[in-house]
Amino acid sequence: MQKNNSKSSVAKAFSGIFRNQLFIPIAALLLLALFNFIMDPSFFAISFGHNSAGNPVLSGRLITILDNGSELAILAIGMTLVTAASGGQDISVGAAIAIAGSVILRVLCGGQVSPEHLQAPIIVGFLAACIVAMLFGAFNGVLVAYFKIQPMVATLILYTAGRSIASWINNSQLPIVNEPKFGYFGGLIPGIPIPTPFIIAVICMIVMALVLKFTNLGLYTQAVGINESSSKLNGLNPKFIKLLSFIILGLCVAVAALIKVSRVSTINYSVVAKDIEMDAILAVALGGNALSGGKFSMPASIIGAYVIQFLTTTLYKFNVRADALPAYKAAVIILLVVLSAPVVREKLSSLGKKLKSGTRVKEVG
Amino acid sequence: MQNVDFTLCEGEIHALMGENGAGKSTLIKVLTGVYEKDEGEIFLKGMNKAAVIRSPQDAQKLGISTVYQEITLCPNLSVAENMYIARGKGAGQNWKKMNADADKILKSLDIPAKATQQLSSCSIAIQQMVAIARAVDMDCKVLILDEPTSSLDEQEVQKLFGLMRDLKKRGVGIIFVTHFLDQVYEVSDKITVLRDGKLVGEYEIETLPRVKLVAKMLGKELDDMEEIRDDSLVYKGKDADETVFEAKGLQSNAGIKPFDFYIKRGEVNGFTGLLGSGRSECVRAIFGADRMLHGEVKKNGKKIKISKPIDAMKNGIAYLPEDRKIDGIIGDLSVRENIILALQVLKGFFKPFTKAQAYKFADEYIKLLEIKTASADTPIKSLSGGNQQKVILARWLLMNPEYLILDEPTRGIDIGTKIEIQKLVLKLASEGMSVTFISSETDEMLRTCSRLVVMRDRKVVGELSGEDLTQNKIMSTIAGGDR
Amino acid sequence: MKDKKSSSGGISIGARIKGMSDTNLLLVITIIVFFVMYIGAMVFQGGSFLKPQAFLNILNQQAALIIVSCGLSLVMITGGIDISVGGVVALVSMSCAVYLDYLGGNIVVSILIALAIGLAFGLVQGYLVAYLEIQPFIVTLAGMFFARGMTTIVHTNPFNVANEKFVKLKDTRITIPFLGSNNAKGMYIPAYIEIGVIVALVIVIVFFCLLRWTKLGRGFYAVGGNQYSALMLGINVKRTKFISHLLSGILAGIGGFVYFLHIGSGSPSHATGMEMDAIASSIIGGTMLTGGVGNIIGTFFGVLSLSTIQNIVALAGLDEPWWIGITRAAMLCLFLVVQSIIIANKNKD
Repeated sequence: MQKNNSKSSVAKAFSGIFRNQLFIPIAALLLLALFNFIMDPSFFAISFGHNSAGNPVLSGRLITILDNGSELAILAIGMTLVTAASGGQDISVGAAIAIAGSVILRVLCGGQVSPEHLQAPIIVGFLAACIVAMLFGAFNGVLVAYFKIQPMVATLILYTAGRSIASWINNSQLPIVNEPKFGYFGGLIPGIPIPTPFIIAVICMIVMALVLKFTNLGLYTQAVGINESSSKLNGLNPKFIKLLSFIILGLCVAVAALIKVSRVSTINYSVVAKDIEMDAILAVALGGNALSGGKFSMPASIIGAYVIQFLTTTLYKFNVRADALPAYKAAVIILLVVLSAPVVREKLSSLGKKLKSGTRVKEVG
Repeated sequence: MQNVDFTLCEGEIHALMGENGAGKSTLIKVLTGVYEKDEGEIFLKGMNKAAVIRSPQDAQKLGISTVYQEITLCPNLSVAENMYIARGKGAGQNWKKMNADADKILKSLDIPAKATQQLSSCSIAIQQMVAIARAVDMDCKVLILDEPTSSLDEQEVQKLFGLMRDLKKRGVGIIFVTHFLDQVYEVSDKITVLRDGKLVGEYEIETLPRVKLVAKMLGKELDDMEEIRDDSLVYKGKDADETVFEAKGLQSNAGIKPFDFYIKRGEVNGFTGLLGSGRSECVRAIFGADRMLHGEVKKNGKKIKISKPIDAMKNGIAYLPEDRKIDGIIGDLSVRENIILALQVLKGFFKPFTKAQAYKFADEYIKLLEIKTASADTPIKSLSGGNQQKVILARWLLMNPEYLILDEPTRGIDIGTKIEIQKLVLKLASEGMSVTFISSETDEMLRTCSRLVVMRDRKVVGELSGEDLTQNKIMSTIAGGDR
Repeated sequence: MKDKKSSSGGISIGARIKGMSDTNLLLVITIIVFFVMYIGAMVFQGGSFLKPQAFLNILNQQAALIIVSCGLSLVMITGGIDISVGGVVALVSMSCAVYLDYLGGNIVVSILIALAIGLAFGLVQGYLVAYLEIQPFIVTLAGMFFARGMTTIVHTNPFNVANEKFVKLKDTRITIPFLGSNNAKGMYIPAYIEIGVIVALVIVIVFFCLLRWTKLGRGFYAVGGNQYSALMLGINVKRTKFISHLLSGILAGIGGFVYFLHIGSGSPSHATGMEMDAIASSIIGGTMLTGGVGNIIGTFFGVLSLSTIQNIVALAGLDEPWWIGITRAAMLCLFLVVQSIIIANKNKD
């Protein structure tokens, strides 16, 4: 009896693992890691050295992944909330990054193309970007929550206009920041060998984790996403919660924009954060969150974001051209999504059963 | 559901009875190809092989047509299209003929709708009638009616029964699922009872009196069907005469006429009237679920303002909504989260309960109300209707309200749970809670309420209490006074 | 109920609007707005708007978008979305360009290539969405990535096609009598349209009829209106969804060739953002992303409205590059808000 029990509990634990939302993104991550390990173990080498400025620096592909995946991970946080609350996605985050980045440069350069000194403290520029990005988030949120327009369509407006607005803010100029301190956010802080973007991303994650733990944001968002009318009768204000999720995403956008413009100390309106909205949505989906809203898992989305970055870095390593990258990415995405589709899983499990029973019959025969 | 035999003869009306979760819906969904069966076979007249039904189309082709409890029509299409879509041969769509045919049928069945009207502009009752019209017109051999009457009023139900008898004469076999015992005895020939997914038995209607039927459904004898109220269940506190809640000239944007209303401590009262008479709209106005246009409300003699549900909740008013699926449950969330939700919202955004607290609350109420669930973490959508309703009830009881509004708490749930809920209402009232109870079944209201507000055409037309509380008096008040 | 009867005695505009289906109401709004806008432009801006050729040029430029938008509307009516169309158009252009120029192929085969690419995308995406039940957004997003990536794999740099036969076909003009105008020197220039326009118009008519007068077409609406109900009504929901994606893929293929025929070159940056233009056109044309509501004629006018507003802005001297983006977005915003308000008011009842 006991043996049986322990067996079934093992089976239960296994099926629990399979059913866990984190299973797919983690499995994907491990699969990618394994692939790279077989192809070239040096992929995982991390070396410690000093860069040209004499600062200590960690380097290696894993560090690159953590560094470059930061913006995506930060966006995935906000996108998860928006998806859960509104049952739709914000496709304007790339354009919004262009706007927020443009605002930062406008404030820091004060309208000049390449000023010798900063015209305003960096924090002022960042706060201005936060406010602007949250306002645009609120614009999307109002369209979705109060005018009841589907999120993808509502954010299509800003997607179309965003990069134009960004270029309008700086009068079509491309300002350059000459202050080395500004580069810290997208590069390294002297004395700390870990890339700053990753540190910022971790701070965002911790803040979000604390918010989810010490407020009811998670419960409310899920309740609204699953059943709006019922939430309303339970005293919630579904419209406000949807709006809130878009505003939080706006904040994430501002942080990502700071990293983006800091990396290059300037901006290219039509290229900055291009297609990042697609990656962010993908991160949410890879995390096993239903794109139709409702229940969500924040860690799963964040791991999803790093899976995408891992994939990108892997492809670069195999000398895939940057503009051909999407084709390979697409193939991998489809593979992952197909494998995680409930229909496919069901079929596979029934196939497995059939095979098992088939072998048993053979044994008997 | 396992191992159920079911036989339907030509030209009979066969009632399928059972508590919620007994497997009626599952049986029907297997018959119509929505669910796949693991074992067993389905045979149809004139076929010596087992029928293959893998999808609703297959069922439709074999002459099985179905009307489901929930409206399964497309709201964006016209009435005529909803009646004719996915039927007939050819790839083309002949609008003229279709509209003409549809109008003819609508007229013959007295359905007040036009063929070209968009379905979403019809009321729920008319939509249900359209669904029935579609099923009837399909020239079917088997007609399955799954709770078709829950959104119809008395007249429409009679019309439906007339139709069923007609079809019976023409040799159509009808499977009839309902929770209303009266209706079963009015039209059915045979009854099949299911319990816990298993077959209990098949009976001729004459051989199975009501009490026995209920016993078969519950699996136990029922001694307390009739009288559940007695003197021990009356609130006897000192403040029994105090008015807990009072509304004057209340009117919401849901289209009801202004009404006055009050309830005393420990009192159970109710709104009665036909479907669509504005019962739910009244209580929704009290709770702030619809926008208030005029009127003033007082709580314990103090004037308060209720503009949204949270205002009412802060004043100790709780509201269990009419439509459990749309307004009640939050399907993907766990039983625990569903139970604590209202109290949590009341407590505030920045003060979440700890997990331990939430489990404590949930477990307490799961035990108290005997909610059948695998655990507190089970998603509420996988519970049966009656148990879902208990969870919603638990949600509001947890808030410990002074004034509890129950809008159709017994709709679509099994008899056992119905009586449990009625008893609970009386017990709560005896402990000093004021309860407003609404039900379409008058006898339920007579058993629980000590005062009834009668509504007609979205207006309060009378109030009955004491000796006036009889079936006849209610009927005559609803129908229009003293004639 | 009683109130309704008494008020419908006199037929007011309000009552008429109430009686209309959502699809027809939105269609009427779109058409009215287009004409008001165009006539307004003729009156206040005059200039080239007064010449019929200006209108025909819109058609010439937007023929491909019209075709692609038709396919997208179809998917949207069914309740899905297809954002791969822009990528497919680029891939078709590039593939045909490479085939015609480097491999010296003939035009019929290049048309077949275009169709085959569209068909392939339609088949795969349709299968994944309909039968494996994966969210259409994700599937077609991957489709878009794949098509864009493949385009650069086929050929990296933009180039013009010099194939003689093709250039001849590309420059073919179908003149329309009586609609010409005199140029500055007083010479009569006949009005013309390109071949692509004919293709686009045929497709608009065919798909309008398909949606209106066939059972398959009504099935699209039913599935978009309520998928579960459609299943219960006996519609093969999976097949319907599959066909909608299949048709969208094929139309993207055809649209790709028409685009190629108009522009005469292959480039990885071709048709950038075309999927968003197509979605915007469909929405302006009264298709709702929630499904079940929409009309091909509306989509046609949606495309025309979108490019008319661009012309108006350009002609008004607002030629800074950001203006076009901003006005298009503003127009989309306006339409969305107006639609949402009208539908909300109508359903209040």
